[in-house]
Amino acid sequence: MNLMTRFTGRSAACLALATAMGGLAVLTPLGFVGAETTAPPFVPQADSAIPDDDFGKVIRLGERIFRDTGAEARAFVGNDLRCANCHLDRGRLGHSAPLWAAYLVYPAYRAKNGHVNTFAERLQGCFRYSMNGKEPPLGDPILVALETYAAFLAHGAPVGVKLPGQGYLKLTKPKRLDLAHGRDVYAAKCALCHGGDGAGQASPDGTIVFPPLWGGRSYNWGAGMSSVVNAAGFIKANMPLSQGNSLTDAEAWDVAAYIDSRERPQDPRFAGDLAATRKAHHDSPYDFYGQAVDGVTLGAAAPPAGTVPH
Amino acid sequence: MCAPPFKVSHLAFSALVAVLPMSRRLALTASMSVRIAFGGLLICTAVCPAHAMDGGEIARNGTQAGVPACASCHGDAWGGNAEGGFPRLSGLAEGYLAHELDSFADGSRDNEIMGPIAQGLAPEERRALTVFYAGLRAPPPDGTPQPDDTASDRGRMLAQTGEWTKALPACAQCHGPAGQGVGAAFPPLAGQPAAYIAAQLSAWKAGTRRNDPLGLMKGIADRLSDDDATAVAAYYAALPATAIGGAR
Repeated sequence: MNLMTRFTGRSAACLALATAMGGLAVLTPLGFVGAETTAPPFVPQADSAIPDDDFGKVIRLGERIFRDTGAEARAFVGNDLRCANCHLDRGRLGHSAPLWAAYLVYPAYRAKNGHVNTFAERLQGCFRYSMNGKEPPLGDPILVALETYAAFLAHGAPVGVKLPGQGYLKLTKPKRLDLAHGRDVYAAKCALCHGGDGAGQASPDGTIVFPPLWGGRSYNWGAGMSSVVNAAGFIKANMPLSQGNSLTDAEAWDVAAYIDSRERPQDPRFAGDLAATRKAHHDSPYDFYGQAVDGVTLGAAAPPAGTVPH
Repeated sequence: MCAPPFKVSHLAFSALVAVLPMSRRLALTASMSVRIAFGGLLICTAVCPAHAMDGGEIARNGTQAGVPACASCHGDAWGGNAEGGFPRLSGLAEGYLAHELDSFADGSRDNEIMGPIAQGLAPEERRALTVFYAGLRAPPPDGTPQPDDTASDRGRMLAQTGEWTKALPACAQCHGPAGQGVGAAFPPLAGQPAAYIAAQLSAWKAGTRRNDPLGLMKGIADRLSDDDATAVAAYYAALPATAIGGAR
């Protein structure tokens, strides 16, 4: 990534957050739906509860897809990520957008697309945006298996109650985002695994082990994680892996802003007008799409969206 | 060629170390190690001219300055020594090997055998060794017994899934799904002796190994019980290392 080298502390002006938070609900529906009442921490059932029958087989398939998405859902995946990269512990971990909470949130109205979404439709969005791929058609065995796995994890959870750990950790909004500070945090805490260029790391046999955080093989500009709000919450609670909650809030915000101000695959809703796409889908001070960072307008020369294998 | 006299020093060191039980070997004092090392020196310097920059030569026969042959403990078939708990070096990343040798030398990986050895190697000798071992392909499995089913299940779970109620990610998330390693910071675990892996977890816990980036392994080891460390070590020891390493 050339952006990294072109990036300088001098020009990495801190992003003043002049605007109000109005646009954020567009980006993070999971965090805002549901009643305000709270419940005790929910613990999803263990793998040993998976029944040894045909239903159980589909649960297990869903779990495999979740772990090894590129291999198990190859036709729909356009990058080097797996579901479990952002939904840690195979979708079981709180504050890592756990599947058991997401499952119970749907059907839900989403401003992101302006209609009531089923859980299966929400899963389609994961493939289109986070996996920079292609939506499996409704009823596809891959969607059925993922939904079945999610239902298994949600077994016993109360419906209509906002469960602790749903979505990503919500951090108090900062007065400003400091990209130069974020770059330093990245170098000190993230580059070891994700690489200085954000491209992730593979083992010598080519297996992707550490996911790419930006560039052509990462999530695209339409993904929830391209919002600094989501990335900061995820990072604060979970990164560096095994050292969650070790970063300060400012470190989490700034490193999230640094990561989400690098170029990544195009928003699949882009139809040729960057400013219009920003206004329609990215109108938030926590979203760098269409913004100039160090002289580069993000999204203007983005790698292609939807690069599934042929 | 100077192979025969070097072979003597290699064998002499092997014999000295091999007769000691594991606990005694680990308890070797620095001075003993140095004495052993310099026992080789007398033979080597008398016979051999400068061959020090050939990593394979050092690995097989030691150095002129008396550092013993790596092969005496780490195996002359490059597969480590499962019984003695000495790790396989073949196929480890150059950067990893260099970091470990530096850590032995500066004490951040506190080891009474390897400390004096690393200190006795000149920088260019360390470099030659790291290049040599990184270029070797790990040998095929030597028929190491499979762990029993209970250990294997628990070990597999820790390795492949983790135990997130204890904030333990899967080992595979950093060391690769087959324990094949990633880059210079995350070494392969597959096929390493169980005793070696368990000893490292124990060393992180005890604070005698302090050279892990970001303190990642210290945190992990602190959350593993002794039984879990044993189970996960047995799991990786039983995984084949055949896909690991360079072309040689």
